[in-house]
Parts: sequence; C-alpha cells; structure tokens
Amino acid sequence: MSIALLFSVFVVASCGLAYELVAGALSSYLLGDSVTQFSTIIGTYLFAMGIGSYLSRFIVKGLVARFIQVELLVGLAGGFSAALLFVIFAWVAGPFKLVLYGLVLLTGILVGLEIPLVMRILKQHYGLKDLVSQVLTFDYLGALAVSLAFPLLLAPHLGLIRTSLLFGLMNALVAAWALWLFRTQLAGLKALSVQCFLVSALLLGGLLGADRLTSLAEENLYADEIIYTETTPYQRIVMTRWKDDIRLFLNGNLQFSSRDEYRYHEALVHPALQAVRHPRRVLVLGGGDGLAVREILKYPGVERITLVDLDPNMTALFKRLPMLRALNQDALHSPKVSIVNDDAFQWLDRSHDFYDFIVVDFPDPTNYMLGKLYTNTFYRLLEKHLSQHGLAVIQATSPLYARKSYWCIDQTLRSVGLKTAPYHALVPSFGEWGYIIASHQPYTPPERYGASLRFVSAGLNPVLFQFPLDMAPVETEINRLNNQALVHYYESEWKHQAP
Amino acid sequence: MNRRDFLLSLAASACLSGCQPAANPLLPAGSMLGPSMERGHRLRGRDFPAPSETRKTGVAIVGGGIAGLSAAWKLNKSGFGDFQLFELEDAAGGNARSGKNAVSAYPWGAHYLPLPGVEARETRELLADLGVLQGDPYAESPSYDERFLCFAPQERLYRHGLWQEGMLPQIGATRRDQEQYRRFFTLLDQFRQRHGARGLRAFSIPAARSARDSDLVALDRISMRHFLQQQKLDSPLLHWYVNYGCRDDYGSDYAAVSAWAGLHYFASRDGRVGNVDSDQVLTWPEGNGWLVKEMQKGFSERIVSGALAQRMAETRSHVELDVYMQRENRSVRWQADRVIFAAPMFVLPHIFEGLDEKLKQACQQIRYAPWLVANLTLNSLPEPGHGAPLSWDNVLYGSPALGYVNATHQNLRSHEGPAVLTYYWALSGEPEKVARQRLFDTPWQNWSESILRELSRPHPDIRDKVTQLDIFRWGHAMSKPVPGWIWSAERERLTVPHGRVYLAHSDLSGFSIFEEANYWGVKAAEHVLKKATV
Repeated sequence: MSIALLFSVFVVASCGLAYELVAGALSSYLLGDSVTQFSTIIGTYLFAMGIGSYLSRFIVKGLVARFIQVELLVGLAGGFSAALLFVIFAWVAGPFKLVLYGLVLLTGILVGLEIPLVMRILKQHYGLKDLVSQVLTFDYLGALAVSLAFPLLLAPHLGLIRTSLLFGLMNALVAAWALWLFRTQLAGLKALSVQCFLVSALLLGGLLGADRLTSLAEENLYADEIIYTETTPYQRIVMTRWKDDIRLFLNGNLQFSSRDEYRYHEALVHPALQAVRHPRRVLVLGGGDGLAVREILKYPGVERITLVDLDPNMTALFKRLPMLRALNQDALHSPKVSIVNDDAFQWLDRSHDFYDFIVVDFPDPTNYMLGKLYTNTFYRLLEKHLSQHGLAVIQATSPLYARKSYWCIDQTLRSVGLKTAPYHALVPSFGEWGYIIASHQPYTPPERYGASLRFVSAGLNPVLFQFPLDMAPVETEINRLNNQALVHYYESEWKHQAP
Repeated sequence: MNRRDFLLSLAASACLSGCQPAANPLLPAGSMLGPSMERGHRLRGRDFPAPSETRKTGVAIVGGGIAGLSAAWKLNKSGFGDFQLFELEDAAGGNARSGKNAVSAYPWGAHYLPLPGVEARETRELLADLGVLQGDPYAESPSYDERFLCFAPQERLYRHGLWQEGMLPQIGATRRDQEQYRRFFTLLDQFRQRHGARGLRAFSIPAARSARDSDLVALDRISMRHFLQQQKLDSPLLHWYVNYGCRDDYGSDYAAVSAWAGLHYFASRDGRVGNVDSDQVLTWPEGNGWLVKEMQKGFSERIVSGALAQRMAETRSHVELDVYMQRENRSVRWQADRVIFAAPMFVLPHIFEGLDEKLKQACQQIRYAPWLVANLTLNSLPEPGHGAPLSWDNVLYGSPALGYVNATHQNLRSHEGPAVLTYYWALSGEPEKVARQRLFDTPWQNWSESILRELSRPHPDIRDKVTQLDIFRWGHAMSKPVPGWIWSAERERLTVPHGRVYLAHSDLSGFSIFEEANYWGVKAAEHVLKKATV
C-alpha cells in the first residue's frame, strides 16, 4: 500500500507542475512577454501552495476522504483551467487576468494541501526520516518527468487544453485508486464513489470534446460566428457573421463588413468613374470579392471589366456562395466581366491594353511583397495602361492613422507624372479611409451622379476632397523598389497609432 | 507504463529530436556542374587533329567572357563586323554565366554590378546602350532603370540567432567596435576624396585610371590585415567585415590580399546617381548573365561555341589561330589580322607559340581562387526567422562560405512563391592548389550536406523546402590581388600589346570584376579599330 501511495505522490506532483506550466504557457501565448508571465505565474503558484500547506493543519478528521476530495477538486480546477482560460479570453478580454490568477491560486492551494495530507496518511507506515525522504523524492521525480514531457511531447502533440484535461483525469484516477485502497476504512464510501465517478466522467467528456472546445475558443477570437474558413496557397480566408453583418478577413485583416462596405465601394468607384466620359473598358486590380465590380456595373456604358485577382479560391468563393452572390449582386457572373487569376504586377507588365477606368484595390502595404504594388515602377506601368482621358483610383490606406503612408502614395503617383486628386471617406468598420484619383488630365469632381447610391452624392464632394488639419499633406519620400519607403512608414504608423 | 519506462521513453524521444546521426541521407535531387575540364585540359596533351580547313577573319577574339564580349560589342557598335569570337564552352559568359529553371533564372557566378563611377566610361556606355542607364552616360549622377536596381531590402547579416539589416555587424557591437567602425569609414572617406598626381582619384575603377602616388602604390606591398593593424584597428567585428569584403570580391582572405586592393574595394565605389543611394547595385535574377545575354544580341551569329583555341602563332602578315571544334572533332586554321586574347592568362603559355619568356612568367605568376556556387531551388521560402526579413543578399557571420542571394528577389512578382537561392563559397582559407583539389575531390553529396547543414542554422526548415541542389565548381574563378602583384612590373607587362595580339581580361588588372574585364575588352577593341582605320 505504501508503494502505491508513493506512486500517487509521483502522479500528484506531475499534475501539480503540469497545471503551473499550462498556465504559464497559455498566458505567455495569449498575453505575450513570456518572462513576466512565467515568473508571476510560478510565484503565485508557489505562494498558493504555501497557503495550502498551512491550511492542511485544519483538516483533522477523515484524512483519506479529504485527500480524495482534494484530488477531485484539483482534477476539476486544473483539468479545466486551460479550456476555461481560452474561452474567457476569446469571449471577454477584461477579466482574463483575474480568472487566470484566481485559477492559479485555487489550484495552487489545493495542490499545496496534497503532500501534507499524504505524509500524514503515510505516517503510519514510515518513520519521519524515511517519510520525508521518500515523499519528496517522488515529488521531485514527478516534477522532472513533466517538465521534460511538457515541451517535448505534451504541448506540441496534445495542445494545452487536452494536456490539462489529461492531468485532471490522472488526479481523478488517483482519487479513485485511493478510494479502492482504503475502501474498508472509509465512511461515506457511496457518496465518495459518486463524486469520483462524476468528476472522472466530466474530465473524460472534456478530453473527448476538446477539439470542439478548441475551435469554439478560436472562433471567439473573431468576435462573431465563423461561417467560412479556407487556407489557400496565398492567404487564409475567414468569414464571420453576426446577425446580418458578414465580415471578410484575409490573414486576419478585416476586408469589409457587409453593413458599411457600400460606403467603401461607392467612395472607391463613383467619384472617378462618374467623371470619365464614355467609360468602356475597365480594369480592377485586386478586389476579388466583386464588390467594386458591382458598383462599376451600375454604368451601362461599360462594355468590359477585367478583374485581376491573385487568388482563384477568392474569386471562386464570391462566385459560388449564395450569401456572397447576394452581396455582390452576382457581379462576377456578369457577361461583361472576365476574371484573371494572376499576379497583378506581372500581369500588367505583360498586358498591352488601355483602360478608361482602373481600380487599384490591393491590401495595405504590410510587407515588402505588397509594397512593390505601391512603387513608382508599378505606377509607371499603370500610367501606360490608362487611356488619355481615363482615370485610375487607388485605395491608399488611412490618412488619419497612417498619414505619411497615405501622402507617400500620393507623392509616388505624382512622381511618375500623374495628376492626383486625394480624397477620403468615413467607413465605420475601418475608420477614416483614403483614396487617390490619378490621371493624365486634371480631374474635376462630378456635379451629379447617375447611379442610385446610398452614400456618395455631389453634395458630399467638399467633405470628400477637403482634408482636415490632422490629415493634411506631409512631405515624404517617393516609394521605390529599391527603398520600399512606404512599408517603413506604414509599419511605424500602424504600430503606434492604430486604435 | 511504470516510471522507469516512462523516463526511458522520454529520454528516447528527446534523443529523437536532439541527437540525430551526423550524416543525413535525405538530400534533394541535384548534380555537379562546371566548366568543361577535359576540353581545357586537352591543351596539356596537345593531341588535336591537324587543321582541315583555312579561313580568314579581320579579328579573332579568343574567349567569350566579359572581356571578349565587351571587345566584340565595341567592334560591332563601331560598325566593324569582320570578327569571330571563339568560346570554349557551349555558351558565352565566363564568370557571368547563368542558368534557368521553371522557377527562375539564376546566376552561376557574378551576380551584380555596382553603379559605375564617372571614370568607368566604358561600362557606363555599355549600360546606356543596353537601356540600363538612362540619359547622359557621362553625367555626374545618371539615372538607372529602377527594375534593375536592387530592390529593398538589400542585405542582412545573421549573428547570435538574429538577422540584422546591413552587413556591418551591429548586434553585440561594443562602443569600442563602433568607434573603430567610425575611424575606418573616416579613413575610407579620405581615400575616396583623395586625388593624386594628374588629378586622378586615389582608387578608381578601372584601376588603370587610379593615381600612382608612391605612398598609395606602397599600400600594394602590405596585406589588408596588416594595414588594419598599422592603423591600430583591432575590432574583431571590423576585421570580420573587412575580411568578408575581400573574400567576397577577391576570393581570398584579407591576410593574402594587398591593402591597395582591399582599400580599392571599399574606396573606389562612388557611383553617385540621380535616383538612388550610392551603395546601390544593379542586379538581375540571372545576375550578370542578363548583361551577357543582352550584350551578344547584336553579334550572336559571330560567336563560335565549343571552340577551343589550341595554337596561336604570329607570322609576318597575320596571326595563325588553330581552333579545335569540339562538336565536329576537327580543327580550323584561322588567319586573323589581329587577335584579341580574352581568355584567362594562365592559358596563354599553353597556346601562344614563341611567347616572350618574361610574359610567360607573368602569366604563370597569377594565382587563381577556386570557387563553388550552388543553386538551391525551394518550393517555398523558409519561415521568417528573427529580425530583418529575407533580403537579396543574406550572410551568416562566421561562416566559411559567403552566404546566399535570392535570385527571385528581383522578380516583379508581388506574392511569395517558389524561389532559387544562389549560395556562394570561395575556398579562400587554404593554398589554392589544396583548395582546388578539395573542390574537385569532394563528391556532390558531401558539398550538399555541408551547404544544407550550414543553412539549417538560420533556417531549420530548409531541408523540407529544397527540391533541387546543383553545384558549379570553378577551379580558376578569379585572379587574386596578392600583395605586390597589382603594381608589379610583371602585371604591367600583360597590359601592353604584343605585335598583332592584344590581351584583354580582368587578369590584366590583377583582380576580377566586371568593370575591369569590360575596360580591357573595350580598350583592345579600340586598339584594333585604330589599326584598321589607319
């Protein structure tokens, strides 16, 4: 029996350390700054164990029964800790730290109770000298085993949620085993058995349902219900829905919210397109969602729209899903639209066609690859494909949050001899957003709009084309392939000013 | 499972991930390439079929590297069409040769050209002709086509597990290191601004247009390492940086490079330009192979490849040049009014009958650095590590090799995809003969394993990404500017014409860079043109 109890010391010690490691890893994963997270978690945990050890003196009667119950409680608190923390973090960011340290404190206190209780139970079998030596040996061995297994086997293969559930189950099994060993000496055997069974069943259920739990938690990292995910060779597409609001994220960056995308796309298309005389051939670079195309199709004179988007999965998605087809009003099925899935820079370099209207709707210049699409070399190419009376419009990030980036794009467009008309609009889900119209001939805003619109109107022109002081022009470098000035501006601005 | 088993299995699994056997049998596909050794080595045996035909030409150019191509380009530009260029290999290009696969074009050797200064008139004229330089080629600061200027980010260095921007070590550099950096760069600035007798710059490209003040020339007699020590510069980081520059440009350790050459590398580049910074370089996915391809467009039909010039002799009225045609297995005797010999100079004594003894000695005195160049095709780029992002040129501090260049960097593509990395390794740490022997004796498997192991340091996932690894061995890649060679009478002897034979090669400068080869090629062509018009 004493060997059995010593082995349970080994298991109990393993579990104790495992919860500490899980809490440390989880908090550094979710909150960052691993040194701070680990040292505060370990400190709190050790302190809580001290409290537990102190409290153990108040347990006088029914040592074995209390030990079994402590085990079950540790199993529950520790076992579900990771899952609970994930869910809390995903749903409500606020009390995460409170719950985290509360859980660490609770688990620590319970774990702190274990060893003193075991020692007192074992007192009947050993002298003090052997008792301390044996118990602490197995205690530290258990710690060693887990500290090796955690980074090598458990965290990478099982993940944090299942690791903590697994150790919870081990605690529960130790309880069940103790129940079996002491079955003849225990009062209230039936009640204890039921408790043991319930806790084990809960933990086992948790372990089996962990996958569902993980995805549930991940889902909630996006605020709303995830209705579609796809990883293509080029990006991760995630779509969420909350009531009637559909949101599209590419690589975690919001592309549009169905509730206000009309503002973004009306502002993108109409101020320029309405001002082009007899637009016939239109080119859309980026914008595989077909929402800009939807706006362009409001001009019956347009004969042909070429849409160039890198990712065939993206255009196929917006051609296929009924919900998205409703959003872009089946724009991608229009006989006027031809879709090209190619790299915009390389495609434009090969093409010889002219266009009366060109929409340049690329993701923000977050890296050097995308930065190429905002260089003078690219705009020189753009200029070559723009007909003499044609207009191009470029989505140009936020002049409020990334003021230098915005005016750098303007400066770069002008450096290749294009005339520019910068303007901006408020899109609630994005904030204040910037666009630039580029052309050979000077641009004049249209005095009236023919299409039926919800946001843009002739009366809005002064608001669009005037820049308040906090978004006013600033001096910048020209963005070139050999300096990538824009990526540097963008990085420093969004790092410091993003809301 | 008991505790013992558990601990044992843990130990076993820890070992699985930590202590793999040294040789990894999992190597990608690949092959060993190189200049056709047996073709060149045939010169030693001299068993060639007797000429079966005699033909005539105005000018015969021997060698289709940058010097030979430059000579041909100049002749062609000047409206002189009566020439033939004989190239030993199946394609012209020499050190600037390149390859191409489904992913990208890539270099097999020289991969960039620094922006030429005003003294490099010949190179600027060439670049203007090819549309790389725009506007007046003689302007103080001309403009260049931005597609050919190296895209940002240009270079980064890996040290202590971190990538930093730029090549000068900043991570872990102490105040003392920084102070020595400043002192070194101030010194370089002084050399850069110094003009010697006749108003020539202290260090100029081409080297022939440098000042010859005695204190400058004296720098050629000590090594670059010695020079740093003389200046009381002892920062290990600065020494690494300077040594790296010498290994990269000259294929030789700084202890075996003359201080004049070492300083020339740092202080000669002054390519001020209208639209870029001065430390910019011109580059293409296939490296200088792009220049090779463009240069020969006007005269490709006059290039005879697989053609080994095996005997050259001057007669009273012309030069007799016996050319062995590899594919036809026969020799043709060409009677040329003039010959521009643009092959490496170590070849000259093997084929030039009646070569002046002193000239022969000069040729035999040149020491050549062996190089290895590998091209690694990757199905996708390695995961980004810590610090600066993947750049055009990526260097590992303390590595015996020189790092790798991303051939796909100069692609207009705006998304990530498969890539080709060109890995450079100058075998500079040992005597040339030993290094050359090692280069050719070591099998592909061992080179590949060394390269992949080295690259696994910053890129643990590299083995999963590489699908093809080809290696090119250059036995005589470039002549070394060892102390005392550049300003020696022997080297000078190579630069004067010898009757109807004009030598043209970067070997004439004593170190191997594009501009020098181009200068001698154009200069030889100009001599020939002068004679032709007289």
